[in-house]
Amino acid sequence: MRVLALVKRILRQLVRDKRTIGLLIFAPILVLTMLYFVFNGDDYTPKIGLVNVPEMLADQIATEGAQVTTFKTEVEAMKKLAAQELDGYLKIEDNTPSIVLEGSDPSVTGATMKWLQNAFPKPPQAIDIPEPMIDYLHGSIDMGQFDYFGPVLLGFFVFFFVFLIAGVSFLRERTTGTLERLLASPLRKWEIVAGYVLGFGLFTTIQSTIITAYAIYVLGMVMEGAFIYVLLIILILALTALTLGILLSSFAHNELQMMQFIPIVVVPQIFFSGLFNLETIAEWLSWISHLTPLYYAAEALRDVMVRGAGFGDIIINLLILAGFCLLFIGINIAVLSKYRKI
Amino acid sequence: MNEREVCVSIRNVSKSFGKHQVLQNINLDIYEGEIFGLLGPSGAGKTTLVKELAGLDEPTEGENCLFNEKMPSLNLIKRVGYMAQSDALYEDLSAKENLQFFSELYGLKGQKQAEHINEVMELVQLSGDATKLVSNYSGGMKRRLSLAIALLHEPELLILDEPTVGIDPVLRKSIWNAFADLKAQGKTLIVTTHVMDEADKCDRLGLIRNGKLIAVGTPAELKKETNSSTIEEAFLVYGGAER
Repeated sequence: MRVLALVKRILRQLVRDKRTIGLLIFAPILVLTMLYFVFNGDDYTPKIGLVNVPEMLADQIATEGAQVTTFKTEVEAMKKLAAQELDGYLKIEDNTPSIVLEGSDPSVTGATMKWLQNAFPKPPQAIDIPEPMIDYLHGSIDMGQFDYFGPVLLGFFVFFFVFLIAGVSFLRERTTGTLERLLASPLRKWEIVAGYVLGFGLFTTIQSTIITAYAIYVLGMVMEGAFIYVLLIILILALTALTLGILLSSFAHNELQMMQFIPIVVVPQIFFSGLFNLETIAEWLSWISHLTPLYYAAEALRDVMVRGAGFGDIIINLLILAGFCLLFIGINIAVLSKYRKI
Repeated sequence: MNEREVCVSIRNVSKSFGKHQVLQNINLDIYEGEIFGLLGPSGAGKTTLVKELAGLDEPTEGENCLFNEKMPSLNLIKRVGYMAQSDALYEDLSAKENLQFFSELYGLKGQKQAEHINEVMELVQLSGDATKLVSNYSGGMKRRLSLAIALLHEPELLILDEPTVGIDPVLRKSIWNAFADLKAQGKTLIVTTHVMDEADKCDRLGLIRNGKLIAVGTPAELKKETNSSTIEEAFLVYGGAER
């Protein structure tokens, strides 16, 4: 079969191109690992100064979780603050406490404030209210940022690299004239697209399995659902990326122009995919997320990985993704008519 | 000539890209079993015309018929071997892998595929380099491999766009001998060239200039009609140059 000839050729070319294989498999692994360390690092220890705090009070402050230094004068503390050796200091004048913060990094400011709020001795309460019990519908107290971002990022990196590689390799087919040569053979237009989808699809299956397995079993990304569903979502997403990459390569004249699609097509998907809370996005912009394939994949991935969803819960998102894929395939075949009418 | 079957029939063909007219009202019949040369300077419209014959383009006006059927048609494409002006090869594959891939597109498999590949590689004298990667090939070797690919499925009609560019005279001669062999097997060849000395080796010639077919005939006829000793001179006369 002619499609198989094409599949065989694509795989042969991929296998020969060790560097590209490396990029497709190890780049996502590398980036996910780095993100793991960034997000799952230790909590920040704020550096706090105490100015003019009476000894009696200072003794009561729980210094745990912060690096506390005492200063005689405010000028001294201010100097340290300006040199970024302190994140904030507490001073007490006329029995009123006030706090001065360095304030340039919101996350540091947040950590400092949080510590200061907890550090002061609580006034004895009139009635003893028991601490509320906390139960989780999904996730747990141990779930970190990485576990929440992880599923989206996993999808994103597969999408990004497949988009790029497929786009560039089809672009090459066009610029070296081999596409024209293919069209001078009895190969049908849909067979060309099918060959690409199957060839890269096979490779992407392997790639997605490795990356997903690494994220879940090595990095310990939260995984409540079934591995096979995650794989299914990633695979359909990869096929969407593949067909979109092929499609956009028709509008690029060289590799550099292919790269130019990254900030326009790929990067916005990160923002609208649900990596950040979509409810806080301005309303007049939020419709964009429904146009990005990654949004549906991210939703489904989170459902499976964080919320332990089954097939019935992700089927809608999967169908929408498959719809994107079919749409791109259709347009691709139509675009190829530019080269041969039949 | 008339007793011979018409292989390619170009009828009132014009082609324009936007306002730019590339081909103007071309009428031409090419017979089965002849080597027909399309001669003209680069930019004359030769490539556009042969692309239309290979099914890769369509005329804005008029029609092209191959074997009495209108192009483009997938049925006809199987009977045509096309060699483009630029080498369309997969550089990261070996010559043999390229040939295997293209032969599979034409449905050649197994024993038959291996035979055909050996045959065409011998014809273009690349048998010793079959397992080399195409990226290590010289320009001339790539040209010959492209030719081998065009011959692979034993097409009845060969459309060769500048087949001998970058090939040394000795090899060029052997390639033209191969063309003569193919012709002896009853195949039809359409060869574009802008090298005048190759023109003499064609059975008939069509001179193209600025998208117009300015003369058609055997090399001898063309020379005689213009009273010239070379095709180059004849071309100048038809092109309206002073003598």
